Amino acid sequence: MDFHFTKAEEAFRAEVRSFLDANLPASDPPTEAELRAWNHALGEKGWLGFHWPKEHGGYGGTLIEQFILKEECSARRAPPLGSDFMGLTWVGPSIIMHGTEAQQQKFLPELLAGDSVWCTGYSEPDIGSDLAGLQCRATRDGDEYVINGSKIWTTLAHKAKYIFMMVRTDPGASKYKGITCLLVSMDRPGIEVRPIPALTGVHSFNQVFFNDVRVPVDSRLGEEGQGWMVVVRALANERSGISEATEKLRHLDDLIALARETRRGGRPASEDAAVRRALAGFQAKISAMRLNGMRYLTKQLRGEPAGTETSVNKLVRGQLEHEMWNLSNALLGSSAQHEGKWQTGSLGYHGTVIGGGTPNIQRNIISERILGLPKD
Amino acid sequence: MNFGFSEEQDLLRDQVRKFLDRNCPLDRVREIAATPEGYSPDHWKLLGELGFLGLILPEEYGGAGLGWTDLVVLLEETGRSLFPSPLLSTVLAGALLSDAGDAAQKSRWLPGLAAGTTVATVALLEADDLLAAEGVQLRAVADGSGFVLNGEKCFVVDADFADLYVVAFRSGDAPDDLGLAVIERDTPGLSVVPTPTLDRTKRVGSLRLDGVRIGSDALLGRVGSAWPAIAAHLDRGAAAVTAEAVGTIEGVLDLTVQFAKDRVQFGQPIGHFQGVKHPLAEIYVDLESLKSLTYYAAWALDESPDHVALAVSEAKAFGAQAITRAGIDAIQLHGAVGYTAEYDVQLYLKRSKWSRPLFGDEDYHYDRIARLGGY
Ligand SMILES: Cc1cc2nc3c(=O)[nH]c(=O)nc-3n(C[C@H](O)[C@H](O)[C@H](O)COP(=O)(O)OP(=O)(O)OC[C@H]3O[C@@H](n4cnc5c(N)ncnc54)[C@H](O)[C@@H]3O)c2cc1C
Repeated sequence: MDFHFTKAEEAFRAEVRSFLDANLPASDPPTEAELRAWNHALGEKGWLGFHWPKEHGGYGGTLIEQFILKEECSARRAPPLGSDFMGLTWVGPSIIMHGTEAQQQKFLPELLAGDSVWCTGYSEPDIGSDLAGLQCRATRDGDEYVINGSKIWTTLAHKAKYIFMMVRTDPGASKYKGITCLLVSMDRPGIEVRPIPALTGVHSFNQVFFNDVRVPVDSRLGEEGQGWMVVVRALANERSGISEATEKLRHLDDLIALARETRRGGRPASEDAAVRRALAGFQAKISAMRLNGMRYLTKQLRGEPAGTETSVNKLVRGQLEHEMWNLSNALLGSSAQHEGKWQTGSLGYHGTVIGGGTPNIQRNIISERILGLPKD
Repeated sequence: MNFGFSEEQDLLRDQVRKFLDRNCPLDRVREIAATPEGYSPDHWKLLGELGFLGLILPEEYGGAGLGWTDLVVLLEETGRSLFPSPLLSTVLAGALLSDAGDAAQKSRWLPGLAAGTTVATVALLEADDLLAAEGVQLRAVADGSGFVLNGEKCFVVDADFADLYVVAFRSGDAPDDLGLAVIERDTPGLSVVPTPTLDRTKRVGSLRLDGVRIGSDALLGRVGSAWPAIAAHLDRGAAAVTAEAVGTIEGVLDLTVQFAKDRVQFGQPIGHFQGVKHPLAEIYVDLESLKSLTYYAAWALDESPDHVALAVSEAKAFGAQAITRAGIDAIQLHGAVGYTAEYDVQLYLKRSKWSRPLFGDEDYHYDRIARLGGY
């Protein structure tokens, strides 16, 4: 066991810090222009696609360097690493793993240049947690697929150039075997995007309709019927929870400041033992989340298969979100009724807890796959 | 960065687990817990022979010279099997002697601790249960080159087993006028009163000191500057109790998962119902987080003194809550058999009652985390 970093890793950390000194946007939140400059600087540096192999245009950074990069960035409240989170986190790696050479040449350079935005089409109106039951159809017609159906909750579909989507190609096959992955341009005729207003008032997700949408057969990623394997791998590319832990530390800083500014019973809330203990409880959980992430990272480095560990951190995080936002509402007292930054946050966090698999689904995964209890 | 155990540590775990499975399965735990002694001197001797008792003591005094990340492995396993023994107190007393004693004192005491011929414990708390310098009120009055001690120590772990006590005392009225004395069991004026505990695998008692005379050779470090040594002992103690808690939670989780697979209601194993399987998943999540916090605290004790206080308090606070919750949920998930003396799950609930307050409960450590964080 050793929590020290090597000299080379410390040198990399210093490099990240000076990069941040030079390129961190001045305003908070950053302006559009500042965001563009930030993404451009990252692209120049080669840090979009940080962990992608060099032969695919990536930076070829190690997992530890990636950990350092993410942690330093979150510590400084930097904007996300690139504007295309989904593209860089799971679409690109899926194309590297399953794509043809032509697909790799077409999509990867665009992704790395920050020129494309991807959206992800898993969920459907009738299909949520039970994703493998998805119904959106693609039928083969010569050298084309014809897509009919709908995807929902599609984040960024209104800005995306492409959709990374799962369709059913063989309704006769068993649930898991009839699914195929397609990479589709959002400008194809027959695609319609309708915004779905979110409870925060921010436009983030949409419903996408596919009406006889024709795409060439080479839009397929992997073989026909292999889509489930692609999804499973893509979901495994989910976050380890390390950088989220650093984000939560910044959230905790803000919450401590709020506890100092607000009053309970005529005294600063930060003097209330119950408030202080709650804050300390968050701090311990955040440390646990970060350390869990490091323990799983070590497993990955030792070449042990990534298991169901991300479910653990997704649950720790979900619990933290509820507790932290709930405390800020309590601290605000009657002002919790007003509009404001904290108040909007206490609505918005629900999306992160639900998206990517709800807590109940994570508990099912842990109890069934790790504890060996009977399936639902 | 490497957050995993080494091959040697995995081997150590195997070895300890085999020893405990063979020599002290739960029915044996119950037998031993029912005896007046409360532990098996045979096991104790074997542990000494295997080198487990001196794991973190220096090699020159008969120890193995290993660190806290190794000790954690041992304690996790004894916690998992609810092993009844004065291991924890002896290890902690050894660490304190090793930390604060001079060469002569170490040569005199440590080899016996490592070999299993001496059982030792630290007596710190008093009737008002205050884990702080002001909590130490037992008075020492100078007497020639030594002192005479009068007062009472409470909540002393394994008090009745011990041959040797490290006793914290007060030599003056300034907050830090504290000293530490090593006192043998048969010293005139010293008496031990066992306190009945819920968890019969863990024994606690009080010490009465009536005019106990100690010479200067019994003083650990300088009188009037013992607080740093005591504070370091408190951190080690919290880490050790938490390491045992990790194993205990794992033990009760395994037991309850097995029960949920075996017990059938409504035509299904109860583990099929989410009302049963989800709380078990939550215990697992707590366990994973607690492992991470505990291993990190152990590493800090070995390698990074500046991080010890925070790391230990985070682990102990989280652990106190996690073991409490695991104990409660495990009983409830068993239904009425969980309420019987016959089923083993009650043993883990009782262990949680011992573990939670020892070296500070969650509130104590959350307060400390807040203080360290400046809020
Ligand atoms: C902000 C946001 C962004 C999203 N972005 C995308 C996106 O870009 N692309 C995409 O494809 N999807 C996206 N989603 C959808 C997300 O993946 C789904 O919401 C999620 O998987 C849950 O599905 P559902 O909403 O249909 O809920 P349901 O599956 O209908 O679940 C409803 C409730 O029932 C519970 N439940 C369901 N099944 C079980 C069970 N077996 N046991 C116990 N409880 C159960 C759930 O936990 C939940 O509480 C997004 C969601 C949100 C909130």
